[in-house]
Amino acid sequence: MSKGSDEIVYGLKRDYLEKISSKGTRIDGRSAIEYRPIVITPNYVIRAEGSADVKLGKTRVLVGVKMEPGEPFPDTPNQGVLTTNAELIPMASPTFEAGPPNEDSIELARVVDRSIRESKMIDLEKLVITPGEKVWIVYVDIHVLDYDGNLIDASQFGAVAALLNTTVPGSRYGMEDFPLPINHVPVITTFAKIGKQLFVDPSLEEEEVSSARLSIATDENGNIVAMQKGLSGSFTQEEVYSAIDKSIEIGKDIRKRLFGR
Amino acid sequence: MDLNKKIVLPGEEIDINGFKQGNGLYFEDGKYYSYQLGLIQVYNNFVNIIPLSGKYFPSKNDKVIAKVIEIAPSFWVLDINSPYPAFLHVNDTPWKPSSGELAKILNVGDTVYAKVNEITESRQIWLSIKEPGLRKIEGGHIVTVQPSRVSRIIGKGGSMVNMIKESTGVKIQLGQNGVVWLDGEPEKVLEVIRILKFIEEESTASGLTDAVKSRLEKSR
Repeated sequence: MSKGSDEIVYGLKRDYLEKISSKGTRIDGRSAIEYRPIVITPNYVIRAEGSADVKLGKTRVLVGVKMEPGEPFPDTPNQGVLTTNAELIPMASPTFEAGPPNEDSIELARVVDRSIRESKMIDLEKLVITPGEKVWIVYVDIHVLDYDGNLIDASQFGAVAALLNTTVPGSRYGMEDFPLPINHVPVITTFAKIGKQLFVDPSLEEEEVSSARLSIATDENGNIVAMQKGLSGSFTQEEVYSAIDKSIEIGKDIRKRLFGR
Repeated sequence: MDLNKKIVLPGEEIDINGFKQGNGLYFEDGKYYSYQLGLIQVYNNFVNIIPLSGKYFPSKNDKVIAKVIEIAPSFWVLDINSPYPAFLHVNDTPWKPSSGELAKILNVGDTVYAKVNEITESRQIWLSIKEPGLRKIEGGHIVTVQPSRVSRIIGKGGSMVNMIKESTGVKIQLGQNGVVWLDGEPEKVLEVIRILKFIEEESTASGLTDAVKSRLEKSR
């Protein structure tokens, strides 16, 4: 069997979602730009340097931050190092399989990484202990606990929330503790295209039938800091522009609501 | 002691009190034990255990909603939300396709309303759609509920499901396997989905029919 029975979508469910999408209606009654309820619990793992538990509808993600001194990359001797990793464990969904990271988990980690790195969220230059020799390495680990769609947004919110309450554990290595230096707060917004409509925060059912996906990360100044297009479908130029405008607007609201910035 | 509606754990001893052994129990060394986490229900002198959640376990003559997941030379493989796949042979359908043309009739992802025709000793499940009412389903929407809650959604003699149908005007077809087909106005379908979730969560409460009735009236 090439595809598991859980991966095959009911054909009529696809037709139904496409049919109601033409009127801008969604199966759960949300508006096109409405997120599911988001609950973030910062410092969920007390012994971690920083952490956050994110519930986005029924999707649940746990993000942990680990910091330790290490060698910088030779081309950036005056910068700390950021490493992001994501795990899609079988517990979260019957369609996830154990084993080495697959395409989806690598994409997830890289999109979250890109939004943090390219927005210059973390002031990496302040994470240098001895230039060229010793810097702080920031590990961001994303654990998906329950999968009901839109892992990108849930993981990115979790990573941002975890980094915002991270303390650099200097005292463990004979230095002083200090809060992780933060410059910006990027927020990502993912759109799924069903029929000819774009919907924010797709649920699993919506993701299964969508033809294309677009994630846009913006910072508090309204700059686009990262983008990712997924799946095989296409967007028109107008759709991309309207998605960018909406993502800046939604980003502002989420940044205020979740991170108080 | 009142056995009804008692919650039991897997392996818990059950004194069946002169009743007969029903589903979800096993007999060992002169005593009865529960197979699963569930509620005890005494019905027609049989003690059954209704699981709180879990996959669907087919029994003969159940009517289910199935999804085609694979096509073989003379039969289809379908998913019926159970641990084992089900099969539908062309001879058990009203159609007579020439070989290799099964995909023209039912393709992967298509949905049928079918009957469990036979369960072999090796747990092969054979379906049939050779009976009035059984068909390929087209249009509408699919949602899933806990299979053990389906009888609660139907209600006594279909009272619950008929009440929902009449009040919302949505066409509803329930499969014993917990797959539900809905067809109607999107807002009404959404309302039915909410009511189904409500019944699923509150299925052990008494006076559920009245609670659902007041919800239906409120939303009208």
